[in-house]
Amino acid sequence: MNTVDLSRYSFTGGQHQAVEDLATLPQADSRRLVLAGIDVHDKAVSGAFMQMDHAGVHCHTRQEGLELMDIRQALAKYDGLPQHRWKLLDPDKDEFTRMTREHCNGGYFVRVRKGVKLKEPVQSCMFIKGHGAGQSIHNIVIVEEGAELHMLGGCVTAHEASHAAHLGITEYYVEKGGKLTFTMIHNWGEQTVVRPRSAGMVAEGGQFQNNYILLKPVGNLQMNPLITLAGPHAVARFNSVVVAPTGSYVDAGNRIELAASNTRGEVISRVLTTGGTVINRGLIRASASPAKGHLECKGLIMGGGRIHAIPELDSNQDGVELSHEAAVGKIAQEEMEYLMARGLDEDEAASTIVRGFLNVEIMGLPAPLQQAMDEQIALLDAGNAM
Amino acid sequence: MLEIRNLHVSVHGVPVLKGIDLHVAPGETFILFGPNGSGKTTLLLSLMGFSGYEVTQGQIFFKGQEITHAPMHERARLGLGMSFQRPPTIHGLSTGKLVELCGRGRTLDIPALARTVHFDRFLQRDVNAGFSGGELKRSELLQLMAQQPDLVLFDEPESGVDLENMALVGKTVRHLLDGMPDSGTTLREQARQRSTSGLIITHTGHILEYVNAHRGQVMYNGKLCCEARPREILDHIARHGYQECLRCLAGDTFGTIAEAPLP
Repeated sequence: MNTVDLSRYSFTGGQHQAVEDLATLPQADSRRLVLAGIDVHDKAVSGAFMQMDHAGVHCHTRQEGLELMDIRQALAKYDGLPQHRWKLLDPDKDEFTRMTREHCNGGYFVRVRKGVKLKEPVQSCMFIKGHGAGQSIHNIVIVEEGAELHMLGGCVTAHEASHAAHLGITEYYVEKGGKLTFTMIHNWGEQTVVRPRSAGMVAEGGQFQNNYILLKPVGNLQMNPLITLAGPHAVARFNSVVVAPTGSYVDAGNRIELAASNTRGEVISRVLTTGGTVINRGLIRASASPAKGHLECKGLIMGGGRIHAIPELDSNQDGVELSHEAAVGKIAQEEMEYLMARGLDEDEAASTIVRGFLNVEIMGLPAPLQQAMDEQIALLDAGNAM
Repeated sequence: MLEIRNLHVSVHGVPVLKGIDLHVAPGETFILFGPNGSGKTTLLLSLMGFSGYEVTQGQIFFKGQEITHAPMHERARLGLGMSFQRPPTIHGLSTGKLVELCGRGRTLDIPALARTVHFDRFLQRDVNAGFSGGELKRSELLQLMAQQPDLVLFDEPESGVDLENMALVGKTVRHLLDGMPDSGTTLREQARQRSTSGLIITHTGHILEYVNAHRGQVMYNGKLCCEARPREILDHIARHGYQECLRCLAGDTFGTIAEAPLP
């Protein structure tokens, strides 16, 4: 399941004309984008970036102190970004990192300057339009001292481009007292192979929150990002919601290293399978004390599928407090009957409970995105899987 | 409103209710007494249609319709409501949203409704997550106010409630049963609300201070006996315990003393 033949994908030649106005995209494409959290009207955003196959087609910023550009442009402008490129990830880690080092065909560079607190999110979109296209991209996100950024990252394949590969390197840097919220929404095709490789470093007092939502089918996805809390009082939180219909294979985890005193980490994941396979990993490691970490891997199996929960805690320090909760199961009959006693039928009760279980609201998404997610969850038809 | 004929219910194959006959008229409030383990809660859960409560004999009629084997949500939609003694926590579902769901499309001023049970600050909280005894009760009552059932089943409305909350819970139960006429309701609606019936389990009788209870009966070992005015039953139990029920039922079972030990 985990061998990927990269020669089946085309990593060059996917050139496209610039798209000044995302609203001019074909309707079939823009509908897919909305489900990945991309507002094609660019309303209420601080900046927007879009890559189509191998071409950066759209990029604008509206905010002083926000830099946003194609990674290739940034590498040229900043002499290859020696301070930030391949600093958190080993390019020799695997064939996907090697491919991206040798042949980076896109990605973005975003930097929020010291003290600049962006109120509106920056949206980025990695769009695969060509059948058989392979993206091997490198993103670098820098939140300077005391700055704040909410990044919405949507990754989407066009309806006709299900057979595709996405290799995405992302390095996050949150400097002292900075705050980065990174919301990633995946909207792939049934055959898409996805290999994100992400790592982040959070300095003293910095905060990193990662929201991840996968509600649509995917061929084969494997990722296990690592956030290192390198300075005291840094905080990292992962919230993941994964839904795996029949045919999806998802091996997804989140790792936090508590490497300084008084750091806190939280990994919360909610997994629902309606026939797919999910390996639900989580790791919190504490190499400094005092430090606190909590891990929650919860899974619901409804109508077949497999969930393999692997929560891990690791420390050699006196005085750390690490805990985890893992569960794989079904909807509690007691909860069903409670709602049915209020007049909800079986389907309504099941979908109400599943919606609560997936609890996307906890992520504090912008309203239109929250609404899009609610609609997607309503479509899951959990009731029929009971 | 409710008619139960010769109801026998088994739980995990063990007979618990052994021939219950009970009639509750529209607008009437009926009180169920009885020692722990006598089957009172089983009766309420069987009326609501919970899984695991198997009706082996007899019938239940509600508003003229037989509901003996009807699915739970149909009973609820027909106008049967229940206040849970130990409701489950539902994560990710806010109390306000659940109250809205209970209303089934009715236009409700949920914050205003919540204020009447001092629960407006809880509407954003997950359903029953970390609620105290009194909070659980107020949450249940709020849901019932939105649901507007015609027959409300209360399982020990006073349990786990402190004295201060008891007055609030008691008054709210009364409002639910007697109707909640406010300036906006029409006469016809008021008349409808007055037809709300109640079936209440109580051990302590505190709830009797608040509701107009018409009739009561003692359940003992899966059977009903000793119908009287609820106050009289309560006084009697306070003085003599459930001894007399035992004598009563002993005659009924041809001299064999009922198997359940006295509390």
